[in-house]
Amino acid sequence: MPAIVVLVVVLGVFYLGWRYYSLYLAERVYVLDDGRRTPAHALTDGIDYVPTNKHVLFGHHFTSVAGAAPIVGPAIAVFWGWVPALVWVVLGTVFAAGVHDFGSIVVSVRNRAENIGTLTRTIINTRSRTLFLLIIFFLLTLVNAVFAVVIGNLFVANPGAVIPIVLEIPLAIAIGAYIHRTRTSALVPSLVGVAILYALILVGNAYPIELDGMAEAVGVGPRTLWIVLLFAYAFVASRIPVWILLQPRDYINSHQLFIALGVIFLGLLVGFDRIVAPAINTGLPEGTPNFFPFLFVTVACGAISGFHSLVASGTTSKQLDRESDARHVGYLGALGEGSLATGAILATTAGIAAVGMDWRETYPDFATAAGGAVGNFVAGIAGFASHLGVPEDLGRIFAAVVVISFAATTMDTGVRLQRYIIQEIGEMVGARPDGTDRAGAGGTFRRATRNLTAVTAMAVIVPLGLALAPGGGDAGFAFGRLWTLFGTTNQLTAGLALAVIAVYVTRRGRNPIAQLVPLVFLLTMTTWALILNLVDFVQEGDWLLAPLDLIILVLAGWLIVEAALALQRARKETAIEEDVPR
Amino acid sequence: VTLRSAWRRVESWHDELFVTKWRSALQREAGRQEEAFVAILYLSAFGIDDPSGFATLELTPELVDSFHRWHRQQGLDRFPATGVCC
Repeated sequence: MPAIVVLVVVLGVFYLGWRYYSLYLAERVYVLDDGRRTPAHALTDGIDYVPTNKHVLFGHHFTSVAGAAPIVGPAIAVFWGWVPALVWVVLGTVFAAGVHDFGSIVVSVRNRAENIGTLTRTIINTRSRTLFLLIIFFLLTLVNAVFAVVIGNLFVANPGAVIPIVLEIPLAIAIGAYIHRTRTSALVPSLVGVAILYALILVGNAYPIELDGMAEAVGVGPRTLWIVLLFAYAFVASRIPVWILLQPRDYINSHQLFIALGVIFLGLLVGFDRIVAPAINTGLPEGTPNFFPFLFVTVACGAISGFHSLVASGTTSKQLDRESDARHVGYLGALGEGSLATGAILATTAGIAAVGMDWRETYPDFATAAGGAVGNFVAGIAGFASHLGVPEDLGRIFAAVVVISFAATTMDTGVRLQRYIIQEIGEMVGARPDGTDRAGAGGTFRRATRNLTAVTAMAVIVPLGLALAPGGGDAGFAFGRLWTLFGTTNQLTAGLALAVIAVYVTRRGRNPIAQLVPLVFLLTMTTWALILNLVDFVQEGDWLLAPLDLIILVLAGWLIVEAALALQRARKETAIEEDVPR
Repeated sequence: VTLRSAWRRVESWHDELFVTKWRSALQREAGRQEEAFVAILYLSAFGIDDPSGFATLELTPELVDSFHRWHRQQGLDRFPATGVCC
């Protein structure tokens, strides 16, 4: 089937979801009211709380939520066939992610733009705040581990990407300094910066950098060496003020996101590629995980992602000009992420044929599919880019640069956030009510978390250990398992946010079915996947991933209990009117 | 619509979409640094020994407004110590 037909159908379904389902949510479930003052107006400070045009805010929200994760998951999941992966992406986006992202903004806006962690405490209970912190801790640990492996794999497979990626750091700092020091428009410097970055692809292609010799000298594989170097980089980068490196690089990434989407959809249109993967893969080898439930944790971002609730309630809700804009920003943001995931599916099922790759040979088993997923995406983008006149080798480096830039920024942000989470956990376990340290291990831990070097080391060492776990440094089965564990924590975060939204809606006497269906589905799939994984880990004697899986399973059980209790309480309460005065 | 005005519109759209988020981060950082600076300058107002007090004393009258803004942001509508501000 021509990939463009699939794309048109997907965009058509997205349009229907936007036109009808999001309208139902806006009018009947969230009951948006433009007469209500949003925090951007009530608490305006010109920095965080700024009323922002809905199209601009959509751009901010979309570029904050879209990254490498909606690429990796779908690129693995096509192993079960492109139809199951696409159906989950489309239905998940329309009926789960849209509800979740839109609802997270609404609930936050109605509660003085509080973030989802605080909302968990105020809307469900104090215990849930602890649950939230623990889920986020494991989410960030797994994010940092999987993205280090992703980048390591890409550097080994695409040594031409090393020079552009390394030089992107001073380039970002220079663009940042220029824009900071001048008050002129940033358009020309940005175009020049992106042009320099892509010109560096030519340099990288001419001078590929491989670490084989150095890796051999220290007695490890090149991928392992890259992973260690990446965590050393994350350790240093995460201690630099955000405005020096993280923000300017994120700024370049925002441009790259639109360029990459343009290449995917234009290349698809010009090349008229056909999908070469089976609609449903009936030739699955023995030992392949069942697509029920693993498909639904493999594709987390791209179908529904708990991370979006952090962005929606952390920054977006502070800038919402009118309540009705929440539909535009939240629901369309989810559709944007779904479009990126669809692009990843089409790149790995149609684009790869344009560079002469055979799909069956590329996806022979789940281990290879998982380990090579990002490489396949890179090849697919090179295929699409080749229709636009870009040579294949340069197209591969271009796609690798895009994915590595996203993943490296995610790692930098992830280590920073993990530091705050560890410090909060330190406060939780080591602080007395009067603010002094408790005696014993709790107090010692709290004291350690106050030291920037110690807390950054804690944030780096745990994911580094996971990324270097046996097999984890290779494009092997361990990556697929780490990825599914990451998916489960992401889905649990989404589940927690959906529970908060469902309780909020129920308390107002409205029907929470739009939240409950995705919530129950997510928790069922997540728990099921965790149990199956746990059995496998124990049978195989994997004593690193088994305890991790068990802890996440306990968190899932805890979440189910809290959500059920909170919903039951909310049903018994008298329906209340909105809690923010006009 | 002239070419120049169209270009200006593109520039403005680009900056609003891509740059404002980042400028906010810069403003937030600048605000944090100023808050820390003001807090340090007024250490003695909290009864804490200020080793740099002799050198910075002459700055304090200039920064009363900043200090007033700072303690309001910290949740104190009126600063309790006399002779500082309010």
